[in-house]
Amino acid sequence: MMPGGLRYLRRKAVNALLLTLSAASALFGLVFLVWILREVILRGARALNWAFFTELPAPPGVAAGGMANALVGTLLLTFLAIAIGVPTGILAGTYLAEYGRRNPLARAVRFVSDILASSPSIVVGVFVYAILVKPLGSFSGLSGSVALAILMIPVVTRTSEEMLRLVPDTLREAALALGAPHWKVIVAVCYRRVLGGLATGVLLAVARVSGETAPLLFTALNNPYWNWNPLRPTGTLNVTLFNYAMSPYDDWRAKAWGAALLITLMVLATTLVARLVVSRTEIGRS
Amino acid sequence: MDGEDPLPRRTAVALNAPPAGSPSGPSRRKDPVEALFRGATRSFAVLVLLLLGAILVTLFVDALPAFRAFGPSFFLSQEWDPVRDLYGALPAAYGTVVSSLIALLLAGPLGIGVAVFLSEMAPPWLSRPVGVAVEMLAAVPSIIYGMWGLFVLAPVLNRSLYAFLEERLGFLPLFAGPSLGIGMLTGGIILAIMILPFVASVSRDVFRLVPPLLKESAYGLGATRWEVISQVMIPYGRTGLVGAIFLGLGRALGETMAATFVIGNSHTLSASLLSPSNTIASTLANEFSEATSALHLSSLVALAFLLFLITTAILSLAKFLLWRMEKALGGPSR
Repeated sequence: MMPGGLRYLRRKAVNALLLTLSAASALFGLVFLVWILREVILRGARALNWAFFTELPAPPGVAAGGMANALVGTLLLTFLAIAIGVPTGILAGTYLAEYGRRNPLARAVRFVSDILASSPSIVVGVFVYAILVKPLGSFSGLSGSVALAILMIPVVTRTSEEMLRLVPDTLREAALALGAPHWKVIVAVCYRRVLGGLATGVLLAVARVSGETAPLLFTALNNPYWNWNPLRPTGTLNVTLFNYAMSPYDDWRAKAWGAALLITLMVLATTLVARLVVSRTEIGRS
Repeated sequence: MDGEDPLPRRTAVALNAPPAGSPSGPSRRKDPVEALFRGATRSFAVLVLLLLGAILVTLFVDALPAFRAFGPSFFLSQEWDPVRDLYGALPAAYGTVVSSLIALLLAGPLGIGVAVFLSEMAPPWLSRPVGVAVEMLAAVPSIIYGMWGLFVLAPVLNRSLYAFLEERLGFLPLFAGPSLGIGMLTGGIILAIMILPFVASVSRDVFRLVPPLLKESAYGLGATRWEVISQVMIPYGRTGLVGAIFLGLGRALGETMAATFVIGNSHTLSASLLSPSNTIASTLANEFSEATSALHLSSLVALAFLLFLITTAILSLAKFLLWRMEKALGGPSR
């Protein structure tokens, strides 16, 4: 065969090889996703029963017992975090999309919130320990919620900004031309137009924090009993999972898988719903 | 959103005009709610800005006792001994850097491979669900990775890969046994799986910014698909790809729960990748709520300060590279 032909064959071979490797890496990622989900579902389903949702933790070696208090603790902390983080994020996002736009302050806020979104969550835990746990003198559910809220804020800020930017300026101009003040345009026109999008931001933020354990370890700490006081240590699914999984007791480890299944389901469901809403918004936009 | 039109100049002017003098100004300035609302949004935006500063300052202040007690040797000492109240950052810092580098070495090429598959190879009916699956992989919480890594992956690795490495390459200090299943390499592998989706999705976005005209021209010259990728798209998107990898690095460095489960949590420095190690984040997770003395706590905060400083620097660099890339390619300039 001619040298030119050989070179052609070689190019074809390299092409085929590397494209195969690319496809293989995609497959590789999928394998891990399926493998993780499979183990979590199989092992988790075995641990879930009625008692898991209704009873307090039992000492190791006792087959009964559940994580009812931790489940409630997780919900409580998440709601508190939403109450703190969501308004902050939406207002900050409103500033970026409506008032700041391209001024230096808005640019700086965008940059910082993107950095904060990827910052190590455990550092946020250390920060909240310093500003809340130490002054208050006790680990508390409140400080856990503040830590989660800090993690939510960048997500909510950036999604609300992006959603508000989807509102065409002609719409704003039309409302302004009718004599409405800017704030009224924002609240009555822009917010209403992207309500679904703002909800997505909240969902994404909830998905982001409901899997978080690190920032809770030394803010909310843990509590094996019922607790409704946000100023006292509060048990959460995540921290309980960590303690149980790291323990040497088989029945605690089994229960940890149950918590793992619950957390995974919660996070993946929230993420999927958020995605659905986003693709709807995108369709509505085009 | 990608591809959104920049603001029309006239609206930008109308919305940002100083109230006095502009035709729409006076009536709007009289509205007290407007000033209040604007002020509120502005102060919350400033709050986000202050958060970063507050974290840095607070950590630094609380870390001062440790810096004062140990001086520069805090960063160089191998000692981490709560009993004698002596603390050095080296083992945790070393573990953090090495495990993240292993993760990067594995996830970098794989992530770019996934991006190539998603943007250049897969037909839409395949690339959408695979894209969603990659996002799901990113959404799986860190603690689930950790638990799965400890109970499922580590035993499998120990029986297969590590047994092989120890037997065949055990004469190298890098792979000296005995392997326990948990340790530096397992930590790196788990981190790699965790940052893979981030590297993949950012790289895919970078590839999407490459102008089709350039690709078509290369195809027109008879280039194979791989040649278009390696000689047009990768050089063109180089800055952005480096940004994507740095973004992954920033994530890996600060990842806590996954590392805590599988890294072994030992404060000894070891050349072997198979032996237990520690990262800054896992040290914090294990010791912070049970710190034995004020100096212990302060040293832990000093570690957190160090970690925050490094990740902020790396993430800023990543952000800057991606921003330059988008600017150069005419993407949304944000």
